[in-house]
Amino acid sequence: MDILNALTAFLNFVFIPATAYGAQLALGALGVTLIYGILRFSNFAHGDTMALGTTVVILMTWGLQAAGIGLGPLPTALIALPFGIAVMAGVVLATDRMVYRFYRRKRAAPTILVIVSLGVMFVMNGITRFIIGVEDQVFADGARFVLTARQFRDLTGLDEGLAIRTTQVITLVTAVVVVGWLFWFLTRTRTGKSMRAFSDNEDLALLSGINPERVVAVTWIIAAALATIAGVLYGLDKSFKPFTYFQLLLPIFAAAIVGGLGSPLGAIAGGFVIAFSEVMVTYAWKKVVTYLLPESLAPEGLVQLMGTDYKFAVSFAILILVLLFLPTGLFKGKSV
Amino acid sequence: MAEPFLIGEEMTGGYGAADILNGCTLAVEQGQIAVIVGPNGAGKSTAMKAVFGMLRLRRGSVRLMGQDITALSPQARVARGMAFVPQTQNIFTSMTVEENLEMGAFLRTDDIRPTMEQVYELFPILRQKRRQAAGELSGGQRQQVAVGRALMTQPKVLMLDEPTAGVSPIVMDELFDRIIEIARTGISILMVEQNARQALEIADKGYVLVQGANRFTDTGRALLADPEVRRTFLGG
Repeated sequence: MDILNALTAFLNFVFIPATAYGAQLALGALGVTLIYGILRFSNFAHGDTMALGTTVVILMTWGLQAAGIGLGPLPTALIALPFGIAVMAGVVLATDRMVYRFYRRKRAAPTILVIVSLGVMFVMNGITRFIIGVEDQVFADGARFVLTARQFRDLTGLDEGLAIRTTQVITLVTAVVVVGWLFWFLTRTRTGKSMRAFSDNEDLALLSGINPERVVAVTWIIAAALATIAGVLYGLDKSFKPFTYFQLLLPIFAAAIVGGLGSPLGAIAGGFVIAFSEVMVTYAWKKVVTYLLPESLAPEGLVQLMGTDYKFAVSFAILILVLLFLPTGLFKGKSV
Repeated sequence: MAEPFLIGEEMTGGYGAADILNGCTLAVEQGQIAVIVGPNGAGKSTAMKAVFGMLRLRRGSVRLMGQDITALSPQARVARGMAFVPQTQNIFTSMTVEENLEMGAFLRTDDIRPTMEQVYELFPILRQKRRQAAGELSGGQRQQVAVGRALMTQPKVLMLDEPTAGVSPIVMDELFDRIIEIARTGISILMVEQNARQALEIADKGYVLVQGANRFTDTGRALLADPEVRRTFLGG
């Protein structure tokens, strides 16, 4: 029995990757939940907003790399990120002006808006592939590891290694900063409070003189920023592929719904619930179990509940369970 | 007779093809309380909405301090000094009491703290609960938040749609006392009430609406004394 090695293996293969993935999902789900709370529809285009935003950042990163501009150990994409956010803010505001506003004026039902967002999704999907293609793109540069497995082994003398990638640290730090800023904005500023008021009771917000078009515009800008940040972090941590981003829509929606649609706190909790479930259900526990059990009981198989190909099934299963038993989610959002 | 402070004159209109209001007239003088009573479906709430611009009028006009505001949106009327407390969903349930008051003052750019202080003096319980989510309060307290939110714009006219709906009789008396207090500060009050008898007792002017038209109009006291009004609307 070797608890320390088991713990290290758990941290290395489950906890750290799931935390980084959870932070990425949380940022994505925050954008979805904000749009749902204020514009009152599920934005299916969010995954492709992430993809398009990441594409812009990748192009800019390549440009910077060609010009020899970098951040040393940090990925160059971080310099390009604000630029990508600005471009995406413009893109979603233009989309709102050209597409969503028409349906908002008609007071279209949420279902109609969902289908409209599906159309926007296909358009953004096409534009992204047109610009950057369908292939995998790796755009992370700088130092790969903060702590390598070998360094860790030398440091602790354990058999098991623990690696911490730069992108994982960047993901977490960025997520904490962004979430902290968002909560400060929503609870402390006049504009943020007016957004919450609008989400809570639209008619009363109008009676209080809150300008709905301004609230909607600010919401789109924040959603674009969240989508771009989440997309770039995910791309840095793994790689960028338009189809993967489209698929991310499912765990992101699952996260937002599990947490409670319209609840920012719920989106964050939901992101981590989904990420940890996905990683834990699809991880082969053989290594951890072998360390914990006496040799005679060592497992023969991989001790894996489901193959990694089935990871979306985990999001689906959680989504369905929550909708059946807790339709308003963990943090009492709006029921779907 | 001089022009009243706020008047909705000969208002005709409705939501669809059929008119709900048929030449209904409502007016309130500065610092006075006008109460609209009448049977269910008489168009009381609709008349309030018409005065506030939430209903398109086919005929008639609304004038505030002599100015025609018939074409103004509800938001523009808020900026002109009118405040409206809807009958239901009249607070931001997920926000704290204090945030509700802040949102009421959204259009103001000056210091809102003195007004907030006045609201807390009027409704001391709200000061105690100011950090609590408004949705967690009791029915009576929620109504106080709703009225407080409306007062934060420093309105000249306060319009209340059944402020005592769903609260206990004790709380109702309390609320009526507060409404009188608000009127004494010079704010005109136009309200719809189910509890016709109590409401008419505090009314300077009472309107009995039937089928979207004025049936009786007089001082609250006179209406209470009118045998026909008593027999038909106040249950003897």
